[in-house]
Amino acid sequence: MLDFIIKRLIQVVVVVLLALTVVFFLIRLSGDPTALFLPPDASREQIEEYREMLGFDRPIYIQYGEFMVNAVQGDFGQSLRSKEDALPLVLSRLPATFQLAISALILSLLIAIPLGVLSAYKRNSVFDRISVALTVLGQAVPSFWLGLILIYFFAAQLNILPSGGAGSIVHLILPMITLAAYSVARFTRFTRSTMLDVLRKDYIRTAKASGVPTIRLVGRYALKNSLIPIITLVALDLGTLLGGAVITEVVFAWPGVGRLLMQSLMNRDFPIVLAGVFIVALIYAVINFIADILYAYVNPQIRVK
Amino acid sequence: MEKILQVKDLRIQFNNGKENIQPIRGVYFHVNKGETLGIVGESGCGKSVTSLSVMGLLPQKTSEIVSGEILFNDRDLSRLTEREFRKLRGNEISMIFQEPMTSLNPVFTIGKQLSEPLRQHKKMSKSKIRETIIAVLKQVGLPRAEQIIDEYPHQLSGGMRQRVMISLALLCQPKLMIADEPTTALDVTIQAQILELLKNIKRKNDMSLILITHDLSVVAEMCDRVVVMYAGEVVEEAEVNELFDQPLHPYTQGLIQSLPSNNKRKSKLFSIQGQVPKPSEIKEGCVFANRCPFVFGKCLTETPPSFQKGKHISKCWLQDPEEMEVKRIGESSTVIS
Repeated sequence: MLDFIIKRLIQVVVVVLLALTVVFFLIRLSGDPTALFLPPDASREQIEEYREMLGFDRPIYIQYGEFMVNAVQGDFGQSLRSKEDALPLVLSRLPATFQLAISALILSLLIAIPLGVLSAYKRNSVFDRISVALTVLGQAVPSFWLGLILIYFFAAQLNILPSGGAGSIVHLILPMITLAAYSVARFTRFTRSTMLDVLRKDYIRTAKASGVPTIRLVGRYALKNSLIPIITLVALDLGTLLGGAVITEVVFAWPGVGRLLMQSLMNRDFPIVLAGVFIVALIYAVINFIADILYAYVNPQIRVK
Repeated sequence: MEKILQVKDLRIQFNNGKENIQPIRGVYFHVNKGETLGIVGESGCGKSVTSLSVMGLLPQKTSEIVSGEILFNDRDLSRLTEREFRKLRGNEISMIFQEPMTSLNPVFTIGKQLSEPLRQHKKMSKSKIRETIIAVLKQVGLPRAEQIIDEYPHQLSGGMRQRVMISLALLCQPKLMIADEPTTALDVTIQAQILELLKNIKRKNDMSLILITHDLSVVAEMCDRVVVMYAGEVVEEAEVNELFDQPLHPYTQGLIQSLPSNNKRKSKLFSIQGQVPKPSEIKEGCVFANRCPFVFGKCLTETPPSFQKGKHISKCWLQDPEEMEVKRIGESSTVIS
């Protein structure tokens, strides 16, 4: 087990470093940011001088090497615009992102697992058909549209919820629903199909032949078997929720990492983008790492090996 | 002799959404107290469906018992509610399945799974449950029962898992145990051990056993009486020696001829020509008519009834006393033996 953990930890480091490398080069492809920070009438010499000051005039591999050496030490440089340290700035936005992602995740699990289990158990019933239809819809609706619709009804028309910003539970409701909609749909469909699969297994028939009542059979036996694949999906999605809530954060002006990343990208504020990518990649990798450990808890076959 | 189970004219219908098919048509058999009844037949003949219907484990939405009775101690199981059935399952009737590798839940310990029948049917304390399980695990010949109870299925071999399955079926000391191909998935040496174990347990616990198999050598070894099924019908029923000595139905004869014999090593094995008709293809007449070497006019038009000779029953026009006369005059009578 210890071997397994160490191996996976090394993978986490490799993944994060690779992600940083890829983004570092991709972002350079978008061009030189210096012009953006100087007034339009700046002379060629001034631009050159500014480039030199920021270090953009050196060969790219030297810039990369320097960036990596600093990044490993936690130094991502300063915002080109506000001159704030990049990493602390990103970290200061993390709590908001976490709050939104975790609440959306909890909401979706609370809805999706019972819904999926019930759908599978009552397969092809009216309930099942409605739930399948809703989940298809949930996956198909883009979050910027759903966000705007929710704002239109609950903020603009009914005027009962704020349209954006953060600060209280009330502010959380609409972005949480928007972000959860897709996950609810995904988790429900997945729980349903996994559960259907498990309910057909020989060992469920064995338990039934032992006289186990249906509720216990579904709720205790089959659910635990289904949890293994569900945990994987949840882990993957939590990574997406944390790192990829960009659109929802922008629509609701939610002060999280996603919105910061978006703004920094627009401004070509490279240090912040890279610090943001670092945090998101790290979270993503760590969550997957935790999911692997959790498997081992649920699935004894992994635990023993 | 006291009959513990009687299946009378059982007819089961499956609906796959488009059409109705009847994989079991008019199945008729009984199990005496303390006896081992073998149900033989090739894949798809309805052996497993019959046994699942006795356990009430047929899929509720897609299957239906159209007619007939399943009397267990004179109680008709085909009319029980799910709740009533649950009290019987694993308690008075239990079942061992074919696949020991997949029949145990991989995420629960052996002890946890074995505690279910006791939990559902007997009022026992946790420590008493554990004690009982260990005792039964020892009874089925598992070494280190005290450790195995806390292990997971993947830590056990196929033979050990089948022993665990047997102990699961034994826990509540059922009156009837159904073993559906209990040794098919196991290798030959383990097979012999498991069969021996079933025999001993049956004797010790004074229960009845239905052994479902397609392996005639297992039948010869284990059973008192045999029911031969073909395409959803019982075509022959006899005591085991009688069946092997004097099979009456051409299908049974074909099955017995298909057994390899020791002294003819290089000869080609006998096989019955043709294929089992699908339930949807079954027409008028005898179900075996399209493969029968002795087929004649009546076989194609009229379904043969069950002809009884002592305890030997077979569903073949050749056993019709009138036909026998005709045949004797026509050709030789070797056809029948």
